[in-house]
Amino acid sequence: MRELILSDVDDIARGAAILGAGGGGDPYTGRLLAEAAIEQHGPVSVVDIVEVTPDAVVVPVSFMGAPTVSTEKLPSGQEAIVALRTLENVAGLKATHLVPIEIGGMNSVIPVAAAAETGLPLVDGDAMGRAFPEAHMVLPTLIGVSCTPMVIVDDKGNSMVLDTVTNQWAERIARAVCAEAGCSVFTVDTVLRGDQLADGLVPGTLGLAQRLGETVRVSMDPVQSVVDTLGGRVLITGKVADVDRRTSGGFVRGEARIEGTGEDRGSVLRLSFQNEHLLAERDGELLTSTPDLICVLDNETGEPVTTEGMRYGNRVAVLGVPCDRRWRTPEGLRLTGPRAFGYDHDYVSITGGTK
Amino acid sequence: MRIGIDVGGTNTDAVLLSAANRLLASVKTPTTPDVTDGVAWAVNDLLAAAAAAGAIERIDDLQAVMIGTTHFTNAIVERRGLTPTAVVRLALPATAALPPLVGWPKQLREAVGTQHYLVHGGYEYDGSELATMDPDELKRVAADVAGRGLRSVAVTSVFAPVNSEMELRAAEILRAEVPDLAVSCSHEFGRIGLLERENATVLNAALVDLAGRIVDGLTAALRNAGIRAPLLLSQNDGTVMDVEYARRFPVATFASGPTNSMRGAAFLAGLDECAVVDVGGTTADIGIVTGGFPREAGAVTELAGVRTNFRMPDLLSLGIGGGTRVRGNDFGPDSVGYELTERSLVFGGTELTLTDLAVRAGMIDLGDPDLVAHLESVRVAGVLAAVAERIAEAVDRMRTSSAPLPVVVVGGGSMLVPEALTGLEDIRRPEHYAVANAVGAAIAEVGGEVDRVFQVDSGTRDRILAEVKQEAVARAENAGAKAGTVRVVDVEEVPLAYLPGGATRIRVKAVGRLDVTRMVHA
Repeated sequence: MRELILSDVDDIARGAAILGAGGGGDPYTGRLLAEAAIEQHGPVSVVDIVEVTPDAVVVPVSFMGAPTVSTEKLPSGQEAIVALRTLENVAGLKATHLVPIEIGGMNSVIPVAAAAETGLPLVDGDAMGRAFPEAHMVLPTLIGVSCTPMVIVDDKGNSMVLDTVTNQWAERIARAVCAEAGCSVFTVDTVLRGDQLADGLVPGTLGLAQRLGETVRVSMDPVQSVVDTLGGRVLITGKVADVDRRTSGGFVRGEARIEGTGEDRGSVLRLSFQNEHLLAERDGELLTSTPDLICVLDNETGEPVTTEGMRYGNRVAVLGVPCDRRWRTPEGLRLTGPRAFGYDHDYVSITGGTK
Repeated sequence: MRIGIDVGGTNTDAVLLSAANRLLASVKTPTTPDVTDGVAWAVNDLLAAAAAAGAIERIDDLQAVMIGTTHFTNAIVERRGLTPTAVVRLALPATAALPPLVGWPKQLREAVGTQHYLVHGGYEYDGSELATMDPDELKRVAADVAGRGLRSVAVTSVFAPVNSEMELRAAEILRAEVPDLAVSCSHEFGRIGLLERENATVLNAALVDLAGRIVDGLTAALRNAGIRAPLLLSQNDGTVMDVEYARRFPVATFASGPTNSMRGAAFLAGLDECAVVDVGGTTADIGIVTGGFPREAGAVTELAGVRTNFRMPDLLSLGIGGGTRVRGNDFGPDSVGYELTERSLVFGGTELTLTDLAVRAGMIDLGDPDLVAHLESVRVAGVLAAVAERIAEAVDRMRTSSAPLPVVVVGGGSMLVPEALTGLEDIRRPEHYAVANAVGAAIAEVGGEVDRVFQVDSGTRDRILAEVKQEAVARAENAGAKAGTVRVVDVEEVPLAYLPGGATRIRVKAVGRLDVTRMVHA
């Protein structure tokens, strides 16, 4: 067990934004929420997966909605606690630990705030090892854990409990509820028993985010430090020459063209993104795809560039980083491979070999 | 004709421009502790110089005086002359997790005041009510504000950029309860992002007294000089506002300095599209001008440790200037700065600077060339080539396409940029670059902007865009632009993730020529 203190939050938020692979939203609001909660309630206890007893009740807490809305309509601060209490009443269980559902952007730090408020320890890990846009795109789906009961609580104090036949249905209905409630809600869902954590979580990702955030903050060559920390490689260094976005069904579908500079001059990387970066093709060759992480970083500072923040003229380095091995199984790829996002491509791994 | 004035940290510059934007006269005077003294001084010097050159016959031929000042920015940075401010947020039950002024530096927070009120109200993203506003709740706030003797208040409602009605009603109630209360409303600052917009509104509210004093002082300075033409202040987006607007929105002057510098440089070179490289004593600042306006940086900028969502020019600063120190084949980023004329070799000092190398290479005639004659010319040429290469790389990183782009070079260290840079053949060095900021102030136009979230479906996009453009044009005209001269200079559409029904953030900016006949006269 270790303590997570106020000054750790900044590094975690920065690192998690990189691991968000372009999605997860700007973690700034989440960071402020976590800092305010720690300031008020004190530090958060963080435990490794191996420290959690088999009968523990581990509850993911997350924000669902539009990142832009979350920067404008801030939470009331009661959402997570109301959601947890409702879950405990409905399901007749008692939460012993909290955990992030994803290690991307805002949702990596929201559970830190909730842990400070509730006094519950936080498990070091998450259910994706990156950010994905939909509630069912989590490792627990692969081992048959249900997303429901899912409790959704909005800033006005409305709370709703979903009990659905599949995790895909949970995602679909929750999204509709979320929109009706003002596109900014908190959810608790996908409750895990202690003995399910080894299969249901990617271990150690909170600590990884913190190390990543720290290295970007102090490094003289932040982009290289990120590669050293995460593995993978730089796909191109260049300049965003064109960004084309459109929305359909609540999701942005876009493409960006990155023209190589320096040693990469003459090459062009085409990046396809929705809420996260999903495909990277260089000079017509698909170099890597989801579920591997495609991270776009500011070439100077190493700060992540989100899909919403990507603009004409950004100077960036694009990284391909290997995903958790369980996403590379046929079941994993069905859930999070290129075809799950509507692209007619097979998965191409950054570590070589196609599937 | 018009006068443009730039009040900088060291100098106050003034220029006289003809109606056809020809530079008729210019002067440089020291900035004084009381800014208005320096302005009076500059105006008097300028008028004398113009009269001596036969450029001005009657002082009433002056149509406007445009001033760019860093005064309000400095007041925030130095925490001087700030008005204690009450912060009212229409948002409950939402937003309680993060109170106003969260993340502010402690000293600035204390200077502005820590009195804040969260009340019920605000909107959802689609403009429907988040919670109903309670007039009695606001009246209780008003009574408390009055009881504490506060005279300025910042009002922010959730999603005010989508619907401003609640802020306006709240302002009305507060003003009715507390006579002479100055109210700043967040929808006037336009952008989505509650904390950043609220911060901007609070900074503005804290500056209203100072704005009144400065505007009065500047108006008096002009009147004393016999000038009756209207006074206008530069805004950070390269447009101007009149004094009544400036009293209410002093925060809009932030960052007008770099904006005026870039616009002035581009204008002096006769270009609408260019890169601007401003080489001073310590840094080279590089920016891109498109359509006559600086390209703007991303959404969030920090001022004195406070996050705001003003749009600032996108600048890249390199540690290269006339005073940059040279060691072996390495240079910078440290500089002897303003001590150049004492510490550099050509002026008899002991520090080797880039200016010394430029003198040795014959790029400029300055100080005593004999004092640098011993420098090995091959080494000098090598270092200067490395300097030029760094600048060329930086310009290339800032530009957004490989199309040919002229580079306008200005500033006291501009001799460090050679006649051609790698990949950049067209280098311009406009005359009068020393007063580029004041020229930038004098050529400013009047603008209007719309930045909101719209529900855009495939069939309605063109109609909505047309309406938004029309609204921006109307706003520019309301702000004092001459009807018929207003044009749309920037359109940005960003579809928002996870929002239903094609929710898209649309920002349109329009500018037009100043209609001097509608301006308030001093």
